[in-house]
Amino acid sequence: MCLAVPGEVLSIDGDDVLMRDGRIAFAGVVKRACLAYVPEAKIGDYVLVHAGFAIAVIDAVEAQRTLALIEEIVAEDRW
Amino acid sequence: MVKYVDEFRDPAAARHYADAIARVTTRPWTIMEICGGQTHAIVRHGIDQMLPDGILLLHGPGCPVCVTPSGMIDAAISIAERSGVILCTFGDMLRVPGGQGSLLSARGRGADVRMVYSPLDALALAQENPAREVVFFAIGFETTAPTTAMAVLQAEREGLSNFSLLVSHVLVPPAMEALLSDPANGVQGFLAAGHVCTVTGYREYEPIARRFGIPIVVTGFEPLDLLQGIYLCIRQLEEGRVEVENQYRRLVHPEGNARACAAVDRVFCVRSQQWRGIGEIEASGLGLAPDYEPFDALVRFPGTAVPPEDQTSCISGEILRGVRKPCDCPAFATACTPEHPLGATMVSSEGACAAYYRYRRPLVAE
Repeated sequence: MCLAVPGEVLSIDGDDVLMRDGRIAFAGVVKRACLAYVPEAKIGDYVLVHAGFAIAVIDAVEAQRTLALIEEIVAEDRW
Repeated sequence: MVKYVDEFRDPAAARHYADAIARVTTRPWTIMEICGGQTHAIVRHGIDQMLPDGILLLHGPGCPVCVTPSGMIDAAISIAERSGVILCTFGDMLRVPGGQGSLLSARGRGADVRMVYSPLDALALAQENPAREVVFFAIGFETTAPTTAMAVLQAEREGLSNFSLLVSHVLVPPAMEALLSDPANGVQGFLAAGHVCTVTGYREYEPIARRFGIPIVVTGFEPLDLLQGIYLCIRQLEEGRVEVENQYRRLVHPEGNARACAAVDRVFCVRSQQWRGIGEIEASGLGLAPDYEPFDALVRFPGTAVPPEDQTSCISGEILRGVRKPCDCPAFATACTPEHPLGATMVSSEGACAAYYRYRRPLVAE
């Protein structure tokens, strides 16, 4: 139920904060999502979408940091 | 390649990570993942089977479909059967049996029951059908509550008078406290649900960690996220530390999403809540705030009964509390299957029983 999927913001429509929405691309499928909760979202950002709403913008820097930490642990095991 | 998904799914890296977990583990530990989505991912990817002997993953109550009281389902059916009503809810909710059958069986008898993907779809139905009463059966944890709240705020702004909600939203931290206060509790560390914390942040979890002396790691949903969450939790347990750590930094900030929280605070107020199979938990649910009571379907349709919880032989209550596992149930995969479920943990795809049925049945049958 708390399933949420990352997708890329393709376009943003509307000036009204409550009604702002956008087209989001998920691995080839494009759907609309409400952007009221992510006013900072820009075209090209990846957002996490749950039940038709973007609930966060994905932090690309933190994602890389997490992958680097994972790789550190994995590399210790590999060698 | 699906960005932010595939790079967290590399099977070779997952195997090496599991080896690293084995190296830091010196004693048996019991860890609970709260969220049904995480249970589903753990069983699907076999993460529990990659862990060293002695690391036990218990599956928590974080499946909103599973914990919605049967009486609320009966109330939804009774509203759906009134003339002129369109009742909508998320797909998983349609098949769950209440005391009086499921919403799907009500649809078979002629009620207008529809599946929606978002609360805003329900709002659109109300706009398209001004002569009908559209009722959204709102379930879900903190992740979903802001989506319901926005539907109410938009309905208010547009002056929609034919839209209302049957609300059964639930909250994670009070359920964790209830589990930890249970004398049968064996949980030593928690993986907190990453998408719940995307909305709420994790400040609320800090007093729980301190009060119960239990490590809590905010964790994501992909295999490498889950393995890293388990690793961080075991490191805390092995080193005797008690902290709230954040594995899911690409999405979770300590304070969460302030706008989403503000919408929830405006539309809802905290109330005591019945959990199916578990019982009543103080301050663990959301109801509409007094200003938004006109949107409450139980107010709009007076006389709608919410029957008390049914008694069943199903052990889903113990499964939701992590006391027993699906394969401990004599009815599992025999009398109880996804086609003929005896309890909600078999109905919802995120229920622990359904996850075991889908991914573990050949092993159980051996």
